[in-house]
Amino acid sequence: MTVSSNAEISTSSASKRDFDVDRVRGDFPGLHQTVHEKPLVFLDSAASAQKPQQVIDAISNFYAHDYANIHRGVHELSQRATKAYENARLKIQRFLGAPSEREIILLRGTTEGINLVAQTYGRANVSEGDEVLITTMEHHSNIVPWQMLCEEKGARLMVGPINDRGELDMDAFEELIGARTKLVALGHVSNALGTVNPVKEIIELAHARDIPVLLDGAQAAPHVSLDVVDLDCDFYTISGHKMFGPSGIGALYVRESILEKMPPYQGGGDMISSVSFEKTTYNRLPFRFEAGTPNIAGAVGLGAAIDYLNNLGMESIAAYEEELLDYGTEALRTVPGLRMIGEASHKASVLSFVLEGIHPHDIGTILDQEGIAVRTGHHCAQPVMDRFGVAATARASLALYNMRADIDRLVEALETVRKVFS
Amino acid sequence: MPTDAMRELYQEVILDHSKSPKNFKELDDASHQSQGHNPLCGDRLTLYLAVADGVIQDVGFKGAGCAISTASASMMTEALKGKSEAEVDAIFGAFHNLVTGKVAEADDDVLGKLAVFGGVRDYPVRVKCATLAWHTLRAALKKTEEAVSTE
Repeated sequence: MTVSSNAEISTSSASKRDFDVDRVRGDFPGLHQTVHEKPLVFLDSAASAQKPQQVIDAISNFYAHDYANIHRGVHELSQRATKAYENARLKIQRFLGAPSEREIILLRGTTEGINLVAQTYGRANVSEGDEVLITTMEHHSNIVPWQMLCEEKGARLMVGPINDRGELDMDAFEELIGARTKLVALGHVSNALGTVNPVKEIIELAHARDIPVLLDGAQAAPHVSLDVVDLDCDFYTISGHKMFGPSGIGALYVRESILEKMPPYQGGGDMISSVSFEKTTYNRLPFRFEAGTPNIAGAVGLGAAIDYLNNLGMESIAAYEEELLDYGTEALRTVPGLRMIGEASHKASVLSFVLEGIHPHDIGTILDQEGIAVRTGHHCAQPVMDRFGVAATARASLALYNMRADIDRLVEALETVRKVFS
Repeated sequence: MPTDAMRELYQEVILDHSKSPKNFKELDDASHQSQGHNPLCGDRLTLYLAVADGVIQDVGFKGAGCAISTASASMMTEALKGKSEAEVDAIFGAFHNLVTGKVAEADDDVLGKLAVFGGVRDYPVRVKCATLAWHTLRAALKKTEEAVSTE
């Protein structure tokens, strides 16, 4: 199967025109409804984002007209489905700035991406006494796979500390990069704090010691312009559902020189060239890492989501969101008794907070009654909660379809929360 | 402004107990003890019981949680003193039926003040908050070693 350059790929870059949030909101049918008789304010996109009509239509049209299994049929529908699926891979490749589509593995999402690296690269390269270095602010999905690997191998999981503002302590982190460090893995953007990590600097430090770096890009992909070549990272993984695409689809970029030496992940169909009971030879990259029939329509939907983001322009989105985050930060500061958790100088999209004397779970219930969706809990980052001495936080997370009026509604509703508990 | 639905859930008595929980103490002479945990929201509590001749003589709890779970634990401890294990089971049964909406009306004879938790039935995700202390109680009476988890 070969894929040549395809005219369907969107190549539009960041537009200079003003970001039109009203038009953007018009694309998201899920936003236009009432919850408990109040207009919905959706501030939970860091958990999972709403979907634009363009993505919904792409999936629907694909199932209605072009669906069949990929990579095997000689018939027309299979060829159309294969083309659509591989076209999505090319869109992801360009979105990440990866040099080759051979470096893009399609899988379920960031969690599977990290597990794949731990179970293949990790098992092949981490031995007893070695170290894997992460940070305090990781999502559980960038902790547990490494714990499992370290337990299996007798290796040690090292954790870089963060300061009171939720920023990585770079001096301490550098000290932790040692002779036994075999891999550095960290989030590009923290889901619980919103901190944007100085990943380029970290990659330089690690590469100076020949240590590869994995970036968990789940929270970065919807908000910032990505370029794995510029970052010079070795592994980068994203989740479709956080970036306005479907759930159950995501991608892992692996630098080709590393990927070609990595042992296969799961065995099965599509990842092989030939199978006999004596010997199986594996398929070429990236198919060697894609066993079984994948989430074909999911990939098509993710491709449509990337087109959507490209049409708006990631730089334009980032600029709009930065302004909105500043507005939200200032607005929340006016709420009496509110303590912001995560005040890094470089942040994206997340407003995590606690209210004095009121449990986040109670905040979440009352906000929901006011039509406002936020996440409450530990955000799959319990070590972060421990670091800040809280059991949980309330988290309002912003996306390209949020506006100042959403923040105003949140602040107003927090006043109601305080009244209930006064 | 707070709506009626909010007021139904966060009744004054519930808010009072959440702010100033009763029997918020460890028991030096506890015969039974158990821990409860709701991983969803991070609520944790430890329950202490002094049981003699099958009757709960004293009860205390420590921990941190949301208003619903703290008030539920506090009011549960008040309801338990002097009760036999069979009576405790009956109260928990009635309480569980109330907060999960299996019954429309609270069984006031069995539940007494605990009937204020009726508002929880409209908030399915909060049922675990209201029942955490009760599940922990059951574990304590059965002398379960492992911490109770709602998940």
